Order: sequence, then C-alpha cells, then structure tokens
Amino acid sequence: MKTFNYHSAKDVKEASKLSSSSSAFLAGGMTTIPSIKLGLASYKDIIDIKKIKSLSGIKVTGKTVRIGSTTKHVEVAKSKDVKKVIPSLVALAEGIGDPQVRNRGTIGGSIANNDPSADYPSACIALNAVIHTNSRKIDAEKFFKGMFETSLKSGEIIEAIEFSIPEKSNYQKYPNPASRYAVVGVYVAKHKKGVNVAVTGAKSCVYNDKDLSKALTNNFSSSAIDSVRISSSGMNSDIHASAEYRANMVKVFAKKAVEAC
Amino acid sequence: MASLVGSRVERKEDKKLLTGRGKYTADVNFINQTFAYFVRSPHARAQIKKVDIAKAMKASGVVSILTGADIANDKIGGLIAGWRIKSEDGSDMKVPAHPPLANETVNYVGDHVAVVIAESLDEARNAAELVKVDYKILKAVVDTNKAMNSDQIYKDIPKNLCFDWLLGDRAKVKEAFEKADKIIKIDLINNRLIPNAMEPRAANADYNPSTEEITLYTTSQNPHLARIIISAFNGVAPENKLRVIAPDVGGGFGSKIYPYAEEVVCSWAAKKIERPVKWVADRTESFLSDCHGRDHVTHAELAVKNDGTFLGFKNETIANIGAYASVFATVTPTYLFGPCATGVYKMPAAYTNVKAVFTNTAPVDAYRGAGRPEATYTIETLVEKAARELGMDPAEIRMKNFPTQFPFQQTLVHSVDSGDYVSGLKKAMEVADYKGFEKRKRDSASRGKLRGIGLCSYFEACGIAPSPVVMMLGCGIGLWESAEVRFNPTGNVTVFTGSHSHGQGHDTTFAQIAADQLGVPIENIEISHGDTDKGPFGYGTYGSRSLTVGGTAIVKACDKIIAKGKRVAAKMLEANVDDVEFSNGEFVVAKSNKKKTIGEIAFACYLPGTYGEVKSPLPEGEEPGLKETSFFDPANFSFPAGSHICEVEVDPETGETKVAKYTAIDDFGTIINPLVVEGQVHGGIVQGIGQALYENCHYDNTGQLVTASYMDYTMPRADNFPEFDLGFTCTPATSNPLGTKGCGEAGAIASPPAVMNAVMNAIGTEISMPATAEKVWKACNQNKKKNSEAA
Ligand SMILES: Cc1cc2nc3c(=O)[nH]c(=O)nc-3n(C[C@H](O)[C@H](O)[C@H](O)COP(=O)(O)OP(=O)(O)OC[C@H]3O[C@@H](n4cnc5c(N)ncnc54)[C@H](O)[C@@H]3O)c2cc1C
Repeated sequence: MKTFNYHSAKDVKEASKLSSSSSAFLAGGMTTIPSIKLGLASYKDIIDIKKIKSLSGIKVTGKTVRIGSTTKHVEVAKSKDVKKVIPSLVALAEGIGDPQVRNRGTIGGSIANNDPSADYPSACIALNAVIHTNSRKIDAEKFFKGMFETSLKSGEIIEAIEFSIPEKSNYQKYPNPASRYAVVGVYVAKHKKGVNVAVTGAKSCVYNDKDLSKALTNNFSSSAIDSVRISSSGMNSDIHASAEYRANMVKVFAKKAVEAC
Repeated sequence: MASLVGSRVERKEDKKLLTGRGKYTADVNFINQTFAYFVRSPHARAQIKKVDIAKAMKASGVVSILTGADIANDKIGGLIAGWRIKSEDGSDMKVPAHPPLANETVNYVGDHVAVVIAESLDEARNAAELVKVDYKILKAVVDTNKAMNSDQIYKDIPKNLCFDWLLGDRAKVKEAFEKADKIIKIDLINNRLIPNAMEPRAANADYNPSTEEITLYTTSQNPHLARIIISAFNGVAPENKLRVIAPDVGGGFGSKIYPYAEEVVCSWAAKKIERPVKWVADRTESFLSDCHGRDHVTHAELAVKNDGTFLGFKNETIANIGAYASVFATVTPTYLFGPCATGVYKMPAAYTNVKAVFTNTAPVDAYRGAGRPEATYTIETLVEKAARELGMDPAEIRMKNFPTQFPFQQTLVHSVDSGDYVSGLKKAMEVADYKGFEKRKRDSASRGKLRGIGLCSYFEACGIAPSPVVMMLGCGIGLWESAEVRFNPTGNVTVFTGSHSHGQGHDTTFAQIAADQLGVPIENIEISHGDTDKGPFGYGTYGSRSLTVGGTAIVKACDKIIAKGKRVAAKMLEANVDDVEFSNGEFVVAKSNKKKTIGEIAFACYLPGTYGEVKSPLPEGEEPGLKETSFFDPANFSFPAGSHICEVEVDPETGETKVAKYTAIDDFGTIINPLVVEGQVHGGIVQGIGQALYENCHYDNTGQLVTASYMDYTMPRADNFPEFDLGFTCTPATSNPLGTKGCGEAGAIASPPAVMNAVMNAIGTEISMPATAEKVWKACNQNKKKNSEAA
C-alpha cells in the first residue's frame, strides 16, 4: 500500500476544501480501501467524512425519505420508518454484500462510486431520487453518467439522497454468487404519475428501461411484460453471466417484482 | 472412569482458536526481522531475458534482492515430485526442473522470479515494483483437453505429457464389453478448484550464525516432510540444522502438505543475509500460487446387462498437473484415483488410463479427497445414467452391484477389509424419506420449481498407508506414523504425534484416546505436534490418515507405557508381573487387591528411590523415567464408505439451484468423537457442494487467472445450505486396533455426484460442474425448445 495523508474533516466545507484531483473521500471505505490495497488506486489525501454529523441519518416526511450520505447500509436495513413507507428500499439494503460490508458501506459512497452492479443506483432511478450535494440538487436520471461515472464535480460532496415514496415498489436481484453484487437487479416502482423500471448490473450503467416502464404504466401487471422484448445488445457479458442470460433475467425479474408489489 | 471414546467431548483447542489466541505463522515475529515480497510472473509462459534489480536495490529499506541466478549459484535444489509413476509403455514419467526462483523461463502467472527483502513489507512491495524483468512472451498452453496437441512447453517433454499410465486390464475389459447388453458412456469435466484455506500460506525463517541452525516457522500440514525436502532435496541446511515448526495452521485441504518455493527461499535467504526473513501471502498470492485441485477431463464407459449387472468399466482421463509436478501431483491422479474408479461395486473387469499433462497454470496437487472425488464423481454419475437408460431405480442398480462379502477384493487394487454398503444405502433412503420424494416433487412443481433427487454411494481408500506398498508403487517416502507418550513426573501426560492438526481437532480426539488407554483424565493430557524438535518423525496430516495411523501409534505407545508400568507396579506391590492388571488408571494385583495408580507409578519412575534407605521402586535393570515411543505402519489402507442423498430445487426461469435436503450416512468404523466427525462431514459436504454448484477456477486462454479474488471465485457460504441430516453405520476397520477408518475427506468425495445427480434428475439434461444458474437456465431452455418442437 502506498502511503497517504489522512484527514478527518469536521464539516462539509472543510472536506470540500481539502479535496483535490488526487484525493478521495472516505465514507465506508468499502471500495476505496480495497482499491488502494490492490494497487488499483492511489491517493495523496484521504478525507474522512464519517465524523460529519450532518451527513448521517434518515428522515421520513409525507412524500419523501431523505437519507444522509454517510448513512450505513445496515441503518437503512434496520429502519422501521423506511420499512413502513418503502419496504423495498429496506430489502435492498439488507441484500447488499455481507454483514461486514453493510456495517461500513454507505449510500453516498455507493452512488458516488456508481459501480455498474451496485444496488442503490437502481433505487435512485426507480424512486425518482434527488441527490443533494453541497452545491446543488441533481435528479437521479442525470446523476448516473456511465460506468463508475457520475455528474459529481471535483470536491462536490453528496449530502443526502431524497427518495419519493411510491405507491408500490419491489426490488429483485440475482446476486453474483461470489461477491453478492447484482448480476442483474430490477427495481420496479409505481408512482402516481407512472412506473419506473430501473435496471442495474445488466449494462455498463444503471438505466431506466423505458419499454418496461411504459408497458407497466399502461397496465401494471406481469402479463403486460410478456410482449416486451428485451434485447441483449449492449448488455454485460462476463464469467458470471452472458448478455443473453442477463436479458432474460431483466424480464423474469421485472415480472417477479410486479407480482411481489 | 467412563470411556471417552465415542463421546462428544468439546474441542479443547477451540477456546484458544475462537478467542483469537491461536498462534499462526503470521503471528510469529523475530527481533531484527526482514520482510520478503516475491516478484511473480505476470505472464503464463515467457522466457526471462534479463532481471534488472539495480533501481530496486536503491529503493528505501531494501536489504537484499535475490534472483534465480543467485539460487542457481548457491546450488539450491529444485522442488520435487514425490512419487514416481511409470507409463503404460514402461517409461518413467517426465518432469521439468522446478527451481524455487525461476531462472530461464516462467511457466504460470504467479511463478516466482525474484524475492525482495526489506526492512518493512511496504518497502519490499514498493521495491518489487522496480525490479525490471525483461520477458519474451510465449504462447501459453492452458486447456487440459488440448494440452497434448499444443505448443511444447518443455524441451524434453513431448506432447506436454508427464506420463500415460494404466491400471487394469484392457483385454479383459474388451471381452467384458463384448458381452454387454448396453454400454453407457459419459464425458465429463472435473472442474479445477482453488483450495482457499482460511489462513494464507506464510513462512518465517530465523538463522543463527553461531549454531548455523535455521528455525523455519511455516504453514504446514506436514513439518517433518518440509524439513526432509528442504534439507535433502533443496540442500538449504542439513536436517540436524533445520528445525521446522508449524504452529496453529488455519486449514489446508491438502494445499499445505508439502513445502513451496517460498519456504525454501526464506530459509535460504535468512542464512544468506543472517537475518530472519518473513513472508505472508496476501489473498491474491494464495489464488495464484497455492497448488490447485482436480482438473480432469474424462471419458468413461460402463458395460451393463439389461438387468443392471455391471460387467466392465473403462476410464480415460486427462489430468492437468499444471506447470510443474508438485509433490503429490503425480500420485493424486494415479494411485489415489485409479483404484477407486470402479466405485463401491463388484466390477469384473476395469481399467483406468490417465494421461497427465503440463500446462501453463499453477501446479495442481492433492486437494481434499485427492483423486477419490474425481473417481467417485465419474462412476457415480455414470451409474446414475445407467439407471436412467435401463429404466431402473438408481438405488436398485446400486444395491444390485454392491459386494456383500468382506474382505472384498476390489477390481483394481484394494482388498477392502470391512463394510456393509447395503445397510448404509437403506438407512440413507430411510432418513432421506426416499419414498416421499414424488410428493415433495409435486409440491415444488406447484410453486413452479423443478425438484430432483440424486444418490451417491462411495467407498474410498485412505488412512494412508502401508509403506512397503506405497513405496513399491513409486512413493518417495514411507507413510507410517509415530507417537511418543511422555508421563511427566507429577502424573500428567504429553503426547507427541507426527501428524499435525490444521483444524481437525487432534488436541481433543487424540487426548480422548490417550485418556482411555491410560486412565488419566483428559484435562491432564496435552497433545504436542507441529515441531520437528519435539517428538519423533512423522508424515503429517492428509489422506484421512491421522487417526487411523497416528492414533494407532498413540495406542501402541500407551501399551508400552502400561507394560512398563506393570513391571514397576509388580516390584512395588511385591507381586508377580503376570498378576498385575491394568484398568481405569490403576495397576491392581488381583489376588491381594493391592494397587498403585498410574500417577504413582510415573512418580516412582522419575524419583526412583526411598528416603532414608537405598531402595529403588524399579525392578533390577529397569530404566528410570516413563516415556515410550511407537512407530506404526498400517497393514492396509482403511476404507470408509457411505451413501449420500441430495434433493435440489431449480427455478427454471432463472436457473438458480437450491440444495433443499441433504442426507449423509457414513461408515467411518469406530467413531472417537461424533462432534468432531460431524464437523468434518459438514465441512466436506459443503466443500463438495461448492464444487458442484459454485466454485470454478477459470484461466483465460492466455493463462491469466480470471478468478483471482473472492469477487469472482465463488466460495460456498452458510446461507447456501439447508441443515444436513447425518447418520452413521459402523463396521470397524480390521487394520488398526481402534477400528477407525477416517472421515476427513468423505464429505467432499460423496457430495459432488449426489448434488449433480439431483440437478440432472431435476432438469433431465446432463450438465457439467459447477451447475451455475446460467448453465442450468440454458439447459432448461433447451429442454423447453425440444419439448415444443416435439409437440
Ligand atoms: C465484498 C463487497 C461486497 C459488496 N457487495 C455489494 C452489493 O451487493 N451491492 C452494492 O450495491 N454494493 C456492494 N458493495 C459496495 C458497498 O456496498 C459500498 O457501497 C461501496 O463500497 C461504497 O461505499 P463506501 O461508503 O464504502 O464508500 P468509500 O469506499 O468510502 O468511497 C467510495 C468512493 O465514493 C466517494 N464518496 C464517498 N462518499 C461520498 C460523498 N458523500 N460524496 C461524494 N463522494 C463520496 C469517495 O471519494 C470514493 O471515491 C460491496 C463491497 C464489497 C467490498
């Protein structure tokens, strides 16, 4: 491991000021630390944001659930308040990795990292989330740009993620049997104004499957999906699953999610 | 005192191991210690044109950098293949040189090129990045099946063929096949596995320039073997100047039976720089450079009569042994595999032909079960297929071909001393509610799931092994075991054994045996193992041998203690030796009922005098002290056997397969500690299910290891499994006084075919291991297509 400077920021302002092109924020460290250890990344400065109180915590209001960026997966998984209004989000958090990862990993770190097979990005898309940063608000649809790529600017810090409470929702995931990341994850959410079907794991970046969303907006039943063709083109293919298998799973899971709603 | 043999004594070692107070090699530190980091080949096959260490030598903290040229200069010998195999044509096997640091070529990703030794691990690692190796990349040979028709890796080894070995009689098999009503054929792959011991390998070598002694701490299942190899073959130090200590060892599954390049290099380097050298593998190094397991491509055929009687069997296997022939690499696919290839059945004629090939992949060696899982997988999937094709119940076809007379002369090698395979399978069917399967299948179907049931009846040959037999077959060492039972003056006992626990619970099981033999409370017995300076020589722990061979040596040493105790008691009690009886820790003269406890006898042996007069409690000529040593060489292998039944539930839409029910009925002969045995069986089953459903070592076609981390290599986890239903039958082994047969590998031997037979039963298609969701889904899809075409 290459050496680095460790800073523990007391507030968002300080954290932002300390950051540079060769720094990383340390939230759960579940991505950053293994990357450093494996020599995949090296940083001059590591800026710990875990001690910044304002970044952590869950607030449920009438229409939204607001989760602070350094809130750990385990906290969401155990939240009775969230469970009441968006049980699928609790289930998603419960299904991330393993207990060690859930006890450390954070929602802000997860979406900032935007791993193509991470779970939370699908929730952000399906639940029309707004990403609050220290300088602006970003709609989820505009936040996730590509593989490991977001619209965050250098030094920009995610403060909270605000999810809209849907009428119904469900998340189905085929976990990679080794890592337990999503080989394919499908998040179906029925809002007043329409249905979102967010898909993670299948392509280089999470996306809203417009065909499935449209079909379900017109008719919210699993049979509505039968006629939707899911193309495997552009889908990931690796030792864990071929593109063809992933395409199948998107459809199977979309149906299962609707049935479980 | 009630007998401890057979009781569920809690594992003595667990308090230490579970509270973090175990002491592993990585926990050992010396003053003035240095840290080693290995420069490894990033290429599967290349020529080394130049190793430039100049820049790295100048890096911070670097103490020394040693290369293949240095090790050659110092005439340090290469790593060895410990078992000589002859090909069918009578020629000797061919093995390449395997220098501990590569000199001219590298032959797998992870092959050792140089070692950087520095004041800290970080400095060693950083400097290693500065070592410039100039490679000429060559085309790698990766595929087991194509290895014989690929580029030749080594100049003197045509077709990359190590040996082409035959066991059995081709002519007799041909005759049998001619008489058959039907011939059942199967082609299969026994998928390559990475052992993944919880504790990565490590070594810490300390050299004392004044005494010229090396003390090597290492993660070994077999420290005595490490010492003899590093002395006699690598020539690092004479045996009397090399002490090898394997402290607590966190699992091995075979991968830690023998020394690797790193131990040799650390020992040699410590002597060279006159400072301790410590190396601890990181997880990536474990994936790349621990010896892997399995990796067979097999074609097998079974000749049957229409009534299900087996007439003959042939097995043509290509075994990948990786880039170099590791210590047990050549025996694993031959004598550990071939004899068991015919399974647990009467088989009038059979042969096994194995072609062992070199490839540019990590060396492949013994891995839990070593050869027997591969053999069992083949015969048991073939038998299941035979049942299917003959329209017979899979249990019925097995029953029909079980031997019922023991000793049973098995087709290819073994004379099986005892067993009762019929009762075992019957019991398994009962416990598994075999009859109720159709109902459970309907229930699964009502939920859209496919349910399948699979059987496996196995026998295996372990408790290795009679030394004259194995040496006749090419083994380079004996396989007896030793024990020293030492009474301390105050009456407690230390037992030294040459086997070595790496998780099996020897501290408990062996103490139970000694406690029963000596009538000493188990708390007063300590087991000592893992140190070549403590106790006599031994051959370590593998092949389910520790209890049957090592445990027997303990019994025999205890017998000697008791014999001496009787002589001393006779003198002290003024009786005739023949009148002294020993039971429950007391020497009793039957006629007078005078007695001495074994503790009193021990005390007398260590303090042989009397206050105020010249009077010894010892008979004339008897030596003081109470310590006996025994060496035990078994007369035969031992033959555990059993039947496992697995039920799976498959989701045809996603291909996900769940193990729904698992029953294992095993015959391990006498069971010393059911708690420990159940733990072994659980672990073995899990490992086998891991092979069947999850684990797969995958190299790409350039020889890069794709599954080099837990992000990609799937280990089975607790939530993958249901509760297992375990049960036992018992026919004691006749080849050792305890009647034990060994239980360490059975689970991993029996479970892959049981699971795969269940999967194939569920989906109605042959499919290879691991039965991943995608593979199963594809098979289900094909079936759907076929069915709709047929309709
Ligand atoms: C074994 C394993 C299994 C896993 N399985 C899953 C899984 O099944 N599903 C899943 O979704 N994830 C999984 N993960 C990922 C994990 O859940 C974390 O969400 C992820 O590692 C990132 O979160 P973190 O808090 O650890 O971020 P860190 O590692 O601390 O940071 C990651 C990146 O995000 C940036 N960052 C962090 N916080 C902020 C912020 N507030 N504002 C701006 N940038 C920020 C950092 O600069 C850094 O670049 C797994 C991880 C491991 C190690």
